[in-house]
Amino acid sequence: MNLHAIAAIYRFEMARFFRTIWQSMVSPVISTSLYFVVFGAAIGSRIQEVEGISYGAFIVPGLIMLSVLTLSLTNASLGIYFPKFIGTIYELLSAPVSFLEISIGYVGAAATKSLIIGLIILATSFLFVPIQILHPFWMLAFLVLTCLTFSLFGFIVGIWAKSFEQLNLVPMLVITPLVFLGGSFYSITMLPPFWQTVTLFNPVVYLISGFRWSFFGQADVSIWVSLLAITGFFALCLAIVAWIFRTGWRIRS
Amino acid sequence: MTPIVKIDQVTKTYDGGHQALKGVSLDIVQGEILALLGPNGAGKTTLISIICGIVNASGGRITVGGHDTITDYRGARGMIGLVPQETTLEPFERVMNTVRFSRGLFGCPPDAAHLEKVLRQLSLWDKRDSKIMKLSGGMKRRVLIAKALAHEPRVLFLDEPTAGVDVELRKEMWNTVRDLQADGVTIILTTHYIEEAEAMADRIGVIAKGEILLVEDTAALMDRMGKKEMRIELQAPLAAIPEALGEFALERSEDGAALTYTYDTRGERTGITRLLADLQSEGIALRDVQTKQSSLEEIFVDLVREETQ
Ligand SMILES: Nc1ncnc2c1ncn2[C@@H]1O[C@H](COP(=O)(O)OP(=O)(O)O)[C@@H](O)[C@H]1O
Ligand SMILES: [Mg+2]
Repeated sequence: MNLHAIAAIYRFEMARFFRTIWQSMVSPVISTSLYFVVFGAAIGSRIQEVEGISYGAFIVPGLIMLSVLTLSLTNASLGIYFPKFIGTIYELLSAPVSFLEISIGYVGAAATKSLIIGLIILATSFLFVPIQILHPFWMLAFLVLTCLTFSLFGFIVGIWAKSFEQLNLVPMLVITPLVFLGGSFYSITMLPPFWQTVTLFNPVVYLISGFRWSFFGQADVSIWVSLLAITGFFALCLAIVAWIFRTGWRIRS
Repeated sequence: MTPIVKIDQVTKTYDGGHQALKGVSLDIVQGEILALLGPNGAGKTTLISIICGIVNASGGRITVGGHDTITDYRGARGMIGLVPQETTLEPFERVMNTVRFSRGLFGCPPDAAHLEKVLRQLSLWDKRDSKIMKLSGGMKRRVLIAKALAHEPRVLFLDEPTAGVDVELRKEMWNTVRDLQADGVTIILTTHYIEEAEAMADRIGVIAKGEILLVEDTAALMDRMGKKEMRIELQAPLAAIPEALGEFALERSEDGAALTYTYDTRGERTGITRLLADLQSEGIALRDVQTKQSSLEEIFVDLVREETQ
C-alpha cells in the first residue's frame, strides 16, 4: 500500500478546502437557516407535529442529508474531474499508485469535507430548534457512511463526465429530486398509499429514514433495511470504481 | 551492459483505428541522453505515454530497471520521472506544494532537503511560495521538471522540452539536461529539431509514422548525414581504378562500367571538380552522371519540411 500517496492526495485536497473554508461553510449555513425560516416557521406554524416531533426538529435530519449528499457528490466529482479537465491527471496515471489508493485519497477527502459541513449544519440547527439525538453512535455512523458512499458515487460521476454540464447534470437531475421526494420534509406515511409504494424505490428514503431514526427513534422503514440499502449502494460504487481503473475507462486511452 | 529501459515490439492502435506505433523495439542505455527525433504525429508522445502508464499499449512488453511496466508497475514507475509535452499545472497551487505532492504521490517520505536541492538546481527556490499562474512559461516548464524529479527518478522522460521556447530558454534547458545527466539520470527526450538532437544527445533514434527507422550514436549519424553519392557511368568498362584516382576512394561496379564517388555536402569542397578533371586527364570517357542523397538524408529532408510548415 502506497500510504505516502494516499496521504499526499488527501492533504492536497484538504488544503484546497481549508484555503476556501469560509466560502465552503457560509453557503450551507445560510441555506440551512433559510430552510428553518421558511419550513420551520412558515409551514411549521401550520403543521404542529409529525409523529410527535415538532416540525422544526423533524426536518433537521433531512436537511443535513440534503446538504451532505449534494456536497459529497459535487466535491468528489469535481476533485477528479478537475485534474482530468486541466490535464494534471497524467501524474496520477504515471505514479506507482493503485486505483484503491487514488480512490481512498480523493473519496476520503471529499467525505471528510462533507462530514465537517454536515456537523456544522447540525450545530446550526441547535440554534433554531431543540433537538434530541437518541442514538449518537448510529447518527454518526449513518452520516459517515452516507458521506463515503456519495463521495464514491461522485468520484464515478467525475470520471464519467466529459464536460462541466455533464458534471452538474447528476446533482441537479438525480440527487435533488430524490432528496426532496425522499421524505426530507415529511414522513412518507403522510403520503397516499400508492405514492408510499413508489417512494420505496427511492434509495434516499432509506438514508433519511435511518438517519432520522438515530435522532428520534422513529423510522419509515426498518433501520436494518436502511443500513442494507446504503451498504449495498456503497459496494456497487466500489465495484464500478474497481472496473474503471482496471479498464482505464474514460481516463486511459 | 543491460539496458535500463527495454522496449520490445510495442504496438498501439487507438480506438479510432489509427495505428500510432507499429512494433517499436528500443534499448536505452543507463546514463545516456537519447533523443527521439521525429516529425509531429510520429508517435513519440504515444511511446512515452505507454512507458509511463498513461496510455495502454495494444501489444509488446516494456521493462524499466528490470521491472515490467504492467505486472510490476510500482517498481517500474517509481524509477521514472515524466515531463509532459503540455504545461499542465494547477494554476492556483504554489510551487512548493505541488512539488511536495508529486514526491508523496510517488510513495516517497517527505524530504525537504531534496526538494530544496531540486528547486535550487532549477532556479525556482525563490519562487517556491509563488502561485503557478504567476510564473512565466519557462518557469512553468521548470516546475514540471521539478515535479518529475521530486521522487529522485533514475530515468527522466522529457517530451518536447523546448517546443515553443525561445533560443535563450532553449540553451538554458540544454544545460539543465546536461546537469541532470551528470547526476546520473538517464534521459530520453523527444524533439523535432535536428540541431537539438545533435546538441544534446549521445544517441539519436529517428521515429516516423510509428516506426523507429534507426538508432545511432549522434556523431556517427551526423557524419553520415551530409553524405551524397555520385554515380559515374563510363563509355567503356574499366578493369581497375587507375592509381592516379586513388585519393577519391571510388567504388567500381561489378562489371566495371560505373564508378561511385561519396562526398560530404557540408565539407569545404566536395572534390567533384577535381575528380572530373582527373577522369578526363586519365582519358576516361563518361556516359552519364547521377547524384543521389543517402536514404537517411531523405528522412531528414522530410523532417525539415515538416518543421518549416
Ligand atoms: N488519444 C488519441 N486518440 C487517437 N489518436 C491519437 C491519440 N493520441 C495521438 N493520436 C494519434 O497518434 C499519432 C501519434 O501521435 P503522437 O504520439 O502524439 O505523436 P508525436 O508526439 O510524435 O507528435 C498521431 O497521428 C495522433 O493523431
Ligand atoms: Mg508529441
